[in-house]
Amino acid sequence: MKKTLILTTALVGLGFAANADVTVMSWGGAYGEAQTEAFVKPFMAETGIKTIMVDSDNPATPVKAMVESGNVTVDVANIEYADAIRLCDEGILEPIDASTLPAGADGTPAIDDFLPGAITECGVSTDIWSNVFAYDNTKFPEGPTTVADFFDLEKFPGKRGLKKGAKAVLEFALMGDGVPASEVYDVLSTPEGVERAFAKLDTIKKDVVWWEAGSQAPQLLADGEVVMTTAYNGRIFAAAQNEGKPFQIVWDGHIYENEMFVIPKGAPNMEQAMEFIRFATSTEGLRASAQQISYGPARKSSMAEEIIYKDGKTVMAPHLPTAPENMANALETSADFWVDHDSELNERFQAWLAQ
Amino acid sequence: MALPTYASPLERLWYYTYLTICVLIFLFLIAPILVVIPLSFNPDADFTLGAEFLDPATYSLRWYDTLLTLGHPATADAPRDDAWWSAVWERSTWVQAAKNSLWVGLWATILATTLGTIAALGLSRPEMPYRRLIMALLISPMIVPIIIIAVGMSFFYAKACVAPDSAMALIFGWMLSEKGCLANSHLGVIVAHAVLGIPFVIITVTATLSGFDQSLIRAAQSMGANPRTVFFKVIMPLILPGVISGALFAFVTSFDEVVAVLFIAGPDQQTIPRQMFNGIREAISPAILAVATILVVISVLLLATVEVLRRRSDRLRGVTGR
Amino acid sequence: MADAAQILTTADGRPLKAALAAAQGRAKRRAFLLVLPLLLFVLLTFLVPIAYMLMRSVEHDGFAASAPALVEWFDENPDFDPANPPEEAFAALVQDLARMQEERTTGIAGTRINYSVPGSISMFKKGAREAAGLEPPYKEALLAVDANFGRPALWRGMASASNAYTAEFYLVASDRKLTDAGWARGGDKERIYLYLFGKTFMISALITVICLLLAFPVAHLLATLPMSKAALLMILVLLPFWTSLLVRTTAWIVLLQEQGVVNNLLVGLGLLDDKGRLSMMYNMTGTVVAMTHVLLPFMILPLYSVMRVIPPSYARAARSLGATSWTTFRRVYLPQTLPGIAAGSLLVFILAVGYYITPALVGGADGQLISNLIQFHMSKSNWSLAAAIAAMLLAAILILYWIYDRLVGIDRLKFG
Repeated sequence: MKKTLILTTALVGLGFAANADVTVMSWGGAYGEAQTEAFVKPFMAETGIKTIMVDSDNPATPVKAMVESGNVTVDVANIEYADAIRLCDEGILEPIDASTLPAGADGTPAIDDFLPGAITECGVSTDIWSNVFAYDNTKFPEGPTTVADFFDLEKFPGKRGLKKGAKAVLEFALMGDGVPASEVYDVLSTPEGVERAFAKLDTIKKDVVWWEAGSQAPQLLADGEVVMTTAYNGRIFAAAQNEGKPFQIVWDGHIYENEMFVIPKGAPNMEQAMEFIRFATSTEGLRASAQQISYGPARKSSMAEEIIYKDGKTVMAPHLPTAPENMANALETSADFWVDHDSELNERFQAWLAQ
Repeated sequence: MALPTYASPLERLWYYTYLTICVLIFLFLIAPILVVIPLSFNPDADFTLGAEFLDPATYSLRWYDTLLTLGHPATADAPRDDAWWSAVWERSTWVQAAKNSLWVGLWATILATTLGTIAALGLSRPEMPYRRLIMALLISPMIVPIIIIAVGMSFFYAKACVAPDSAMALIFGWMLSEKGCLANSHLGVIVAHAVLGIPFVIITVTATLSGFDQSLIRAAQSMGANPRTVFFKVIMPLILPGVISGALFAFVTSFDEVVAVLFIAGPDQQTIPRQMFNGIREAISPAILAVATILVVISVLLLATVEVLRRRSDRLRGVTGR
Repeated sequence: MADAAQILTTADGRPLKAALAAAQGRAKRRAFLLVLPLLLFVLLTFLVPIAYMLMRSVEHDGFAASAPALVEWFDENPDFDPANPPEEAFAALVQDLARMQEERTTGIAGTRINYSVPGSISMFKKGAREAAGLEPPYKEALLAVDANFGRPALWRGMASASNAYTAEFYLVASDRKLTDAGWARGGDKERIYLYLFGKTFMISALITVICLLLAFPVAHLLATLPMSKAALLMILVLLPFWTSLLVRTTAWIVLLQEQGVVNNLLVGLGLLDDKGRLSMMYNMTGTVVAMTHVLLPFMILPLYSVMRVIPPSYARAARSLGATSWTTFRRVYLPQTLPGIAAGSLLVFILAVGYYITPALVGGADGQLISNLIQFHMSKSNWSLAAAIAAMLLAAILILYWIYDRLVGIDRLKFG
């Protein structure tokens, strides 16, 4: 009896998959794969710290839930800029000491090497990404070219894919209704502006397929479930580059922002988490990431040399959200606006969706 | 229902219509399960369906291969030597998920079956007090929506922790989370799944016991058998098929369970259903269909086992027919 | 003496009645002892979590714990006028806002008030940022930051939230909203909870009816076929039952999506134009079809077990007395299947009402049920609200379960 007990105990120990030292929560799909290649694999090879990636549709949501329930399993999370500020204000995140971040390859201290705003009290930028919309150019060779075209069901018939959430969707709707990028947040700050955004969405509501995980957007487009969809620009780039999909990005009215690495309060492996962040946000780390997916690095030193995609030939610069030719009518997400209005507008959005 | 010889032409017509309807309903039941099998051998990443599915010559094992390579550290063209295979065993995402699923399922089954069988023995005694109420309580994990159970567990299991360095921590600590809690731990998932499996064990074992002749126990006792002998020599052989069926139901319940795992498990308790759930939400790749095909094969085997056992049990108890 | 003669005794002289009672008591205790370990296990791992959840549905100290000055003021002035709170109340609020800013509790306190008074989070954040710099008179200073700080609804909400225990979440989950005049029904655009409850029950009823219509002929066929053939066909019913839910859901997505098998087949056969592909997935249709498939065996099995024991002689007797086959079915056969119909329908309905996975995966925006809303609030950390909705759903399920036990009896549940 005792023997079997010891045996079974040993078997269970063998049976379960081994625990990881650092758990990084990110957005999955092509982005998650890029980060695995650029950060996780080299980090494990260099330090021997076992690191795993877990996916979420939007890591800010589970991170908040975890910290509030005192049940944190994630050491590093990758969240949107406004969320990094909002959750920091709410005491959900650990402050990060920017002075411990590695200096640029050229010796510039991190604080100066990062672009303005890319380091906040609780977060360090991993990349600059964008909400764009994309279409299948075998369906529309002439293509939609403006946000207004996205809402034009007569000129471009077919289903639309949209992210299921208020952020970036309301701004997008207002730009589709003719509000110039520079005035979007002024309009959205008023109750009438919010009504206007929802009214615009109402015009296409019955033709919308809502997506939640970032990888659903290119999939919807590839499956022909929609003819055009909003998406994270890197996902569309990856589908077009790696799988040869005929996807075309429309940069008009794209909404860009910094993506941030943060550490949830009470993370089980705080020290290793910080080590991971230092490794990943170094000049080389950010550069490696931009070689994997079309999100721009937030360090000047990472862009010192031309960045080439992992296929060895594609020059990344024109595919990045920050490329000058893509900035003609672009909107930077207002962290101030979303820090204050995130809960309310998402609630309103959810109620609108259920109607 | 054979057609009587006196049936009118109208009744004949109705009878064949009725048979057709039944065939269509059977098709509705079975076709979706079968359709995933040929699709999982689809060689293309592009998931469109054409005539090539009728041609087995184009079938490929590509997506079964990705089940081994996802999460594998080596590059795609690495030689498949011993080191490669041991990395599959240690690192591949789907293999890890399978290991977790199997072990969680095994322990949940052992727990549910042991406790459930003993309880069923008590419940089928005529003297059992509050029988109806207790039955209702023990069956309720099957009736109460899983989302409610999961919400309750996610609140409570996060608070159900042992103090570090206590005796409890020494005994159970290795199966609890790093903080010593049930949440995010293997033990948490195991007990959650055991609770969900218990109704099935209770139902199948009490059903077997309902045809059980209590006088057999008295006969054994009158011939001098002690309770232990009675249990192992008389009761157990007779109810064993029911116990095994119940155990298989409990195992399948755990093996297929995802909601509780989503709510109470941490990243270290990745199971097959959880991995599948995420995969389905994002994009149905043929790799998901490969897993689905494997699971269909497993369920066919389990179903066959249960059917054989039930027939054996019916024969032993002298019940004729199904 | 006469009395003693009437009392039967055992060999050792004890009254027989008492000895029997003692023996029975022992047997009862023994039977109960066998069940006890499982009862304790279920209590700890299942009942206590659900009780804990019910407690969470009436408890939230997000505001009470972070606004001590206001809590004290509300305690001392239970009868204050929410339309015109005095200067001391505003002073307490400013003091608490400053404290929230320092302790980073603005989010959690604001969230608590936001449940009953939407819009409070941004007000609290704005107020907290400015609070440290405000000078008396606080009322005017705070109203200058945001005029909404004077709203009676806000003051009612804060007074109510100053107690950690509240029934507010049940009011919110019934689409009530705190207005300046007190609790009232929310506007048309904000009512979603009762609507979703209603929708969930409607869809569950629809699925139950479809399952019944599909299960009836199949169960009848199985019940009337010779045993060996029926056993073979039974496998076709049991296989879906044993197949992973996720596998079946995957299969339906593959079949029904716009580029899926069914649409491709219809387009290939020329029945459908390539542009006119049917939308059967990621909407209500997808939810209903996939859930029907999942729940159909739960209807077939109880129907079958009832139909098997209906003697065919009744139908024959009716026919020989001149009834048409339709009358025979309606007046003789159908009434005898009613116990099976009741058992199957109740079971399917109960399971459908709480369904989560299938709608989550194939429901899209309009195929979501109440379970998905619970999950949504859980993920957004609205735990008390999620718990309140879950408690309401639980109450509904328990009533149905009670009816099932009365009508059918839970010990009649069987698989295969």
